[in-house]
Amino acid sequence: MMEVKTKEDNLPAATTVGKDGSSIQIKVLFFAKARDLTGLTELSVEVPSGSTAQDCLNKLVSKFPNLDEIRHCIVLALNEEYTTDSAVVKDKDELAIIPPISGG
Amino acid sequence: MESSGGNASRIRREIEALKDEKARIEQKILELENQLREEVSLAPQQQENESVCDGCCPSLSAADANLAHGLTAGSIYRYSRHLLLPSFGVQAQSNLLKSSILVVGAGGLGSPALLYLAASGVGRLGIVDHDVVELNNMHRQVIHTETYIGQPKVKSAAAACQSINSTIQIVEHEQALRTSNALEIMSQYDIVVDATDNAPSRYMISDCCVVLGKPLVSGAALGLEGQLTVYNYKGGPCYRCLFPMPPPATACQRCSDSGVLGVVPGIIGCLQALEAIKIASDVGEPLSGQMLLFDALSARIRSVKIRGRSPQCEVCGENTTFNQQRFKDFDYEKFTQSPLSTSPQKLKLLTPESRITSKEYKERVVSGEPHVLVDVRPEHHYKIVSLPKSLNIPLTSLEARVPEISSALKGQEEGGGSGANLYVICRRGNDSQRAVECLQNMGFDLAKDIVGGLESWANDVDPNFPMY
Repeated sequence: MMEVKTKEDNLPAATTVGKDGSSIQIKVLFFAKARDLTGLTELSVEVPSGSTAQDCLNKLVSKFPNLDEIRHCIVLALNEEYTTDSAVVKDKDELAIIPPISGG
Repeated sequence: MESSGGNASRIRREIEALKDEKARIEQKILELENQLREEVSLAPQQQENESVCDGCCPSLSAADANLAHGLTAGSIYRYSRHLLLPSFGVQAQSNLLKSSILVVGAGGLGSPALLYLAASGVGRLGIVDHDVVELNNMHRQVIHTETYIGQPKVKSAAAACQSINSTIQIVEHEQALRTSNALEIMSQYDIVVDATDNAPSRYMISDCCVVLGKPLVSGAALGLEGQLTVYNYKGGPCYRCLFPMPPPATACQRCSDSGVLGVVPGIIGCLQALEAIKIASDVGEPLSGQMLLFDALSARIRSVKIRGRSPQCEVCGENTTFNQQRFKDFDYEKFTQSPLSTSPQKLKLLTPESRITSKEYKERVVSGEPHVLVDVRPEHHYKIVSLPKSLNIPLTSLEARVPEISSALKGQEEGGGSGANLYVICRRGNDSQRAVECLQNMGFDLAKDIVGGLESWANDVDPNFPMY
């Protein structure tokens, strides 16, 4: 928990180019269990323009396979507002992955 | 060893008995003090009224004029700082005094929530809990004092609330909330505060609130993070609208396993009290349709807009058939694959031949048997306390570090003959079984785990061994 840090994504640019050849950068915020599983509080990710929130999640799960276990029990927020898997993300968007906490 | 153990348990019993007696006496004192306060506060008012009015002009009595909004002289003085707030004032305080709020759980969240709800003048305050106060609660459950260790949390919390505000009604529900009693208990209150510590309780309380049409102030805290939302408020979403599928059991962490910084549930519990007070007094905008996320590491509070009520929600959606009967029959432990009670699970993976008790292990150490003891707890647990000469290899890195075990075994065999044994220990005896299973699959046929882990070592072998 205490070693949590932020990190730049360094996947090769070839995989992040959109249909029109362009790519965008989004910031992913991790909370609760998603922090434990990735070891990060946030991550800058490059995706092809036109990508959906689901595309971003897929990319994250391929990078952090452990995330798959909580994938169906999270709140997904785009720029601090509820979003669905099919929402299209834009450059500089902030995608938050919020699993529920149950402790007390 | 034997006689000192006997002495210790006799002393413990004596302490318990004295504590019981002390609690009984304190409760009696409290009751008498409350009784006295009522007698004293009634007497001068009667005298005053009689002397001022002298039986001829009762309608001009100041006391009577004030009573028009329902607040007594005592209430006006006690809540004067609330009354001075233009946006709160007499109306909101009067609403609060007429309200009833149920707090489920008198732990890390419930402690500050209850203290503030009692102090602010909630007319009737209910407390549900079935646990007893323990020493390892004290760092965060600030409503309890050391005097109450071993006593029911409900009793301790009720006494603390009553000592802050003797004018409100406190109702003790000293039982675990279950589908069998939840409807009956929760229906007696206007608002429910979820201050529990596990996933099945959260689903159960949310569902019950939907069935009964009660707003729910739900808070949670773990590690250095907290979450807060108001559910089922004026057409807003319920817990299941957000989380229709329960998290996997492995993702349901508890404070007793993962740890929590004491002040974090303190902050969330205070915010729960605030939201409950806003709803009860009908002031401001409750945190409905939003989730507040508190991050202690970065000192940030974010508020995320969450989805509205889901038409497909199984419990509050358009075509739902969920009702009181379905609620009573619903198996929340099965649904979430985790227990409602706080007692940790007891895994049974291994056959008896692959296990030894902590007492047997002690005998083998004393007899000088060549062996290796692997402690599979996480490194930060190992740093708290460990058995001498144990080798710390956390379960998560066991497979990768097998060569270390092989060479340790070889070292033992060289020193003391052939066939060194391999034992595995953890905190409570669950992970050690997983580790032994894994080791046996990798060819360590004789690997055995110590039943009940360090907890049983502390209980059965060394009562001075520190437990956490």
